[in-house]
Amino acid sequence: MTAEPAVVAPVLPAALRERIVAEFPKYPEKRAVLLSALHFVQDTFEGWIPQAVVPEVAALLGLKPIDVWEVIHFYAMFNSEPVGRCHLRVCTNLSCCLRGARGIMRRLEETLAVRPGEVTPDGNFSVGEVECLGSCGTAPVIQVNNERYREGLSEDDLPGLLDELRTRLAEQDAAKDEE
Amino acid sequence: MTEQLRLLLPPEGDDWSPIENYKQNQGYEAAAKALQSMKPEDIVEEVKASGLRGRGGAGFSTGMKWSFLPKDGRRPRYIACNADESEPGTFKDRQILERNPHKLIEGLLIAAWANTIDAAYVYMRGEYRGAFENLVAAVDEARAAGYLGKNVLGSGLDFDVYVHRGAGAYICGEETGLMESLEGRKGQPRKRPPFPAISGLWKQPTVINNVESMSHVPHIVLKGSEWFKTIGKEKSTGTTIFGVSGQVMNPGAFELPLGLPLREIIFEHAGGLLPGRSLKAVIPGGVSMPVLTAEMAMEVDMDHDTLQKAGTLLGTGAIIVMDDSACLVRAATVIARFFRHESCGQCTQCREGTGWLHKLMKSVEAGTATMQDLDTIDEVTSFMEGHTICALSDAAAWGTGWFLRRFRSEFEAHIEHGGCPLEGASFEI
Repeated sequence: MTAEPAVVAPVLPAALRERIVAEFPKYPEKRAVLLSALHFVQDTFEGWIPQAVVPEVAALLGLKPIDVWEVIHFYAMFNSEPVGRCHLRVCTNLSCCLRGARGIMRRLEETLAVRPGEVTPDGNFSVGEVECLGSCGTAPVIQVNNERYREGLSEDDLPGLLDELRTRLAEQDAAKDEE
Repeated sequence: MTEQLRLLLPPEGDDWSPIENYKQNQGYEAAAKALQSMKPEDIVEEVKASGLRGRGGAGFSTGMKWSFLPKDGRRPRYIACNADESEPGTFKDRQILERNPHKLIEGLLIAAWANTIDAAYVYMRGEYRGAFENLVAAVDEARAAGYLGKNVLGSGLDFDVYVHRGAGAYICGEETGLMESLEGRKGQPRKRPPFPAISGLWKQPTVINNVESMSHVPHIVLKGSEWFKTIGKEKSTGTTIFGVSGQVMNPGAFELPLGLPLREIIFEHAGGLLPGRSLKAVIPGGVSMPVLTAEMAMEVDMDHDTLQKAGTLLGTGAIIVMDDSACLVRAATVIARFFRHESCGQCTQCREGTGWLHKLMKSVEAGTATMQDLDTIDEVTSFMEGHTICALSDAAAWGTGWFLRRFRSEFEAHIEHGGCPLEGASFEI
């Protein structure tokens, strides 16, 4: 008697699947699309890669799930655990530290009452330290999600930045409620 | 003060990202000259003769690299363009990508004609959102204008450019780590031989150059190698974009001829030190390169030969300035932490060595180390050099070990004092 193969409901939304497939013609091998595919997954799933999508991404690219997992864990930008809807990454490499990055990091942790690896109870914010972002001449720098950098910051700029992000989140929530 | 010489960047405040702006400033004239009136092999010779050296850190002759491609007619052939700019202190390629992306595209096109290339992949670090969007838009414009695609400028060349996003790993700036990553794997460097020119992307012949190196090609082709050699020094020709960061009044990117005194770059272009401070240490080429004492820094010129003689290297021309308020043990500890985080883990000397270095540096910084630990740091760095697949291990050893060698008394003072002896040290890590 042979067991029926387990049927797993697809979790990749059709639009995401199409976005990944649209990258195929750029490369001689589908595997080359893996990093792009994982970026697209994070764009779709609020900044992280849920475990359930990994087998599907692998199948789409003709890979085994382990091929995808080891890539997820190798690269700093891929999150295998949930992050806040606004994930703030502070560069703490040398040029940024020389211009006050540690104070920025500490102030963020205090203001948001969150440590690296944690998410605020409302799911809105998380913080992390990153290596050099290439903004050394405009240090210190924060990157929110995968957006354009916030550069030349001081601790005094943080309340304004957080207000801006909170307003944006509230607008997103209001838009969702209308739907 | 030497005027900024703008071969790579538009004038301050200008943005040549829109193709009309670029074309109004001689944009794509070099490509027309190359594809319509020059033989591919003559372009390779011209670039070789210009003395252009790679701007990604190693300083190898760009034209020489091109001439290593096989002449056996094997296709397809690729360009892998390194836009993974991740060497701490470095932000120069970003200036080109954000303000003059067509310069890079034109360089890639000329390189494609010179080397019979089918496609170029620009591997850009995943965090560079602005640069990515800018370059993708420029590639679309170039394709619409007939500079990419089939039969470019009637030359018979079919060529396209694809922009590929990395995902946060320093090692992907290493040429074979980049290729592994581009193919969809962990960015773990490959053993050489075979070299990329013979077996690179998808085992095909591949030429790999940094963004800035490629962006120098158009003006070399347009104005000639003799002109290019009049800028800079004999074995360090042309301009580069120096990035100055750290404890200076006016940090930023300055395009200047190679070979200028480091003193001039720090004290004139970057506005000098913060009020009341004196110079203590300078890293001249990104954190991988040996740090200089203030006395050494005041005497060197920023070219390959002078810096090598002085006991360091030009690297990416990323200048990190530290004044007398900076604790250099902290600086070395940050650098050790960085390399520990970024070691890909393949080679034992690097995987274990970067961990040990960071642990030892942290204990010196905390004041819990012994004098013997300083000798252990020296020993660890010596077994990390020259024994691994790629140069990350060497970089970790240089970037940290030379802080100890050139500022040993400061390390000893931490041990004697049971922590940082500097009162009111200016920065935390």
